[in-house]
Amino acid sequence: MEPRECKVFVVNVGLAAYIALTSVLVYSFPRSVSAFLLFEASLFLIYYAPLARAAKLVFTAAVLIVLMPFLGAIEGYYIEVAIQIGIYVALALGLNIVVGFVGLLNLGFVAFYAIGAYLWAIFGSPQANAFISGGHFPLAAGWFFAFLAGGIALGAVTGVLLGLPVLRLRGDYLAIVTLGFAEVVRALVNNLDKPVNLTNGPQGITPIQRPPLFFQPLLDAIGIHREPAALYPIYFYFLVLALLLAVVFVTRRLEDSPIGRAWKAIREDEIAAVAMGVPVVRMKLLAFAVGASFAAGVGVLFAAKQGFINPESFTFMESIGVLAMVILGGMGSIPGAILGATIVTILNLQLLKGLSLWLNALRQSGEVLVIPFLGSFDLSQIPAQFEPAKYERMVFGLILILMMIFRPQGFLPPSQGSAALTARKTDGSKQRAAGEK
Amino acid sequence: MDFSSGIFFQVAVDGIVLGFMYALIALGYTMVYGVLEFINFAHSEIFILGAFVGAELLLGLDASGALAALHPAVVILMIVFAGMLASGLAAAALERIAYRPLRGAPRLVPLISAIGASFFLQDFIRLFESLWRNTFYLNYPTLDILDYNITLGAAVEIPFKSLLVIVTALAMLAVLYLFVNKTKLGTAIRAVAQDPDAAALMGIPVDRIITLTFFVGGAMGGAAGVLFGLHYSLINPYSGFGPGLKAFTAAVLGGIGNIPGAVLGGLVLGLMEAFAASYLAVLTNGAFGAEYKDVFAFAVLILILIFRPKGLLGEKVREEGA
Repeated sequence: MEPRECKVFVVNVGLAAYIALTSVLVYSFPRSVSAFLLFEASLFLIYYAPLARAAKLVFTAAVLIVLMPFLGAIEGYYIEVAIQIGIYVALALGLNIVVGFVGLLNLGFVAFYAIGAYLWAIFGSPQANAFISGGHFPLAAGWFFAFLAGGIALGAVTGVLLGLPVLRLRGDYLAIVTLGFAEVVRALVNNLDKPVNLTNGPQGITPIQRPPLFFQPLLDAIGIHREPAALYPIYFYFLVLALLLAVVFVTRRLEDSPIGRAWKAIREDEIAAVAMGVPVVRMKLLAFAVGASFAAGVGVLFAAKQGFINPESFTFMESIGVLAMVILGGMGSIPGAILGATIVTILNLQLLKGLSLWLNALRQSGEVLVIPFLGSFDLSQIPAQFEPAKYERMVFGLILILMMIFRPQGFLPPSQGSAALTARKTDGSKQRAAGEK
Repeated sequence: MDFSSGIFFQVAVDGIVLGFMYALIALGYTMVYGVLEFINFAHSEIFILGAFVGAELLLGLDASGALAALHPAVVILMIVFAGMLASGLAAAALERIAYRPLRGAPRLVPLISAIGASFFLQDFIRLFESLWRNTFYLNYPTLDILDYNITLGAAVEIPFKSLLVIVTALAMLAVLYLFVNKTKLGTAIRAVAQDPDAAALMGIPVDRIITLTFFVGGAMGGAAGVLFGLHYSLINPYSGFGPGLKAFTAAVLGGIGNIPGAVLGGLVLGLMEAFAASYLAVLTNGAFGAEYKDVFAFAVLILILIFRPKGLLGEKVREEGA
């Protein structure tokens, strides 16, 4: 065997062995966070492995399409985590277009997500009967896909509508205005239960119609009989995966297109971009529209998955959470957004919750911890209000500060680095012209 | 519509109180913006930190029994100064840790760091209070004097605590005005705001002046925090965010970087908000009520930024794109 072939062979076998081993680990310790983390890490090993594209695709498909649903069918918690990660990855990719490709800091990204979610929630539940008479609602499950498309279109429209007046603002003002916009949307959603009950206010909307199980006859035909309750999680997993594939595909195509290059030109130096004939306003609007349509599409899916939504799901914190994901991974980088969303979601869903459970266990154990020279500490005295699971903001905050100070380009920066993030002041005039518009 | 003078006057007083609160907070945004052209997003947490320090001191005094022994004026002075000191130091520390390493980096970088600092501080305060008191909702202990009402004429009463906010805020603004305009340090701050490079050439220690600006702006925010606590009683680590955002709106409304502008913007916004809260329901026949007052503030912000981004008293703080 040639040395090169030998290396490829070793890598292939190694990867396969790693994936098999971690799958077995997850299978045998169904509640272990670390086993699941190791399993998820396999995706990044695949990404970095020195293999041909086809081989990578096969491995990725094996993990995402075969192993993940299989493990999820055994332990429903994993599929739930995977769905959450998928949702956040799609959101992060949407924000990545606006923040990463064009360099516009949008702090109100969650508003578009809310718009999509409420679109399906209102018409896919009896809620719409409150203002459209005739009792047509909830719409049949089959409408879901129409509304998914409608949500994506509505997202694009609202993105343009928000963008039109604010895009002329300088970067930091733009950030605050988008924040204000998101707060306005949330306040409207919170209060539009009167004069006409559109959103049912803080109580939220439930039950929301789930997507149609159009494939059930097919499953019956091949002899798989499952209850809908058992089918839905895996169904949603595949829906999220499909949406995600579409998002990744669109983002990649855009990135390598003249549009993507125009976006990056605007990010690097707007004045130069104008001089080169880039239609700046139109390009920025397009970025807003594309990002917003991703978020709204994910929102429709989120509403269908949750079956219940209220304004609490669309706070400023969510916007910042998604921003933290984009920044952690690397602005303007698609693998970065995926990595960031995965890490942050796992931190929140598994690590912080795990810490909370562990502290609770300590509290209930009633043991006394003796620290030499410092005295003893009764573990049951750990304040009950101290719950790590509630400290998402601290995690987001630390991510943002530390990344900005130590690694502003993120962990997986885009191949052509961006001067918009890493350039330091060389002389005052240059910096101000390049840094902001 | 009820425009009877009693209610109208009450609403006006509420609006002025709110306005001075916003004005004090807005000073922190506007001063920092003046010297660095940077939105200190974490200023809302600097503000609420002052409220917490004031509450802790007050609760401490209460627990030790000293509260009853001291004159209320002494108590109020003590907690206002404690809040100012804590917030000022926190703001200066924040500048050193989270912003200074990013000086000269593109504009979005320190802004993102500031957003991170804001989130971090919210949960840091929550963490501290959760471990210390096992709750992070604090109630200001009542001072009897705060509940007095001062009667003016037949139908008009001013609560003492409203008066306290107004008087303290006016005093602070006067001191700040003198400090910025009549002292050497104030001159240095203005010089750095005008042109940091030239200021450095004139021998002004720019870095130290920037830290000082953060300290002074933070101290104003801390004073506002203590007044906020005294006036509205219940505080939690997240209650700084709303007032902070509105104070920023006030700063933009008045013209960011402009100190009198911040005061004017605060008063205008406070009055508008108070009147919106009281009269919106009446004006729209109950369709939209007081719950839209926040929407109102943000709508003002968006409109101002679109139509008159330099604000009411705005002047060019520094050459754009030079």
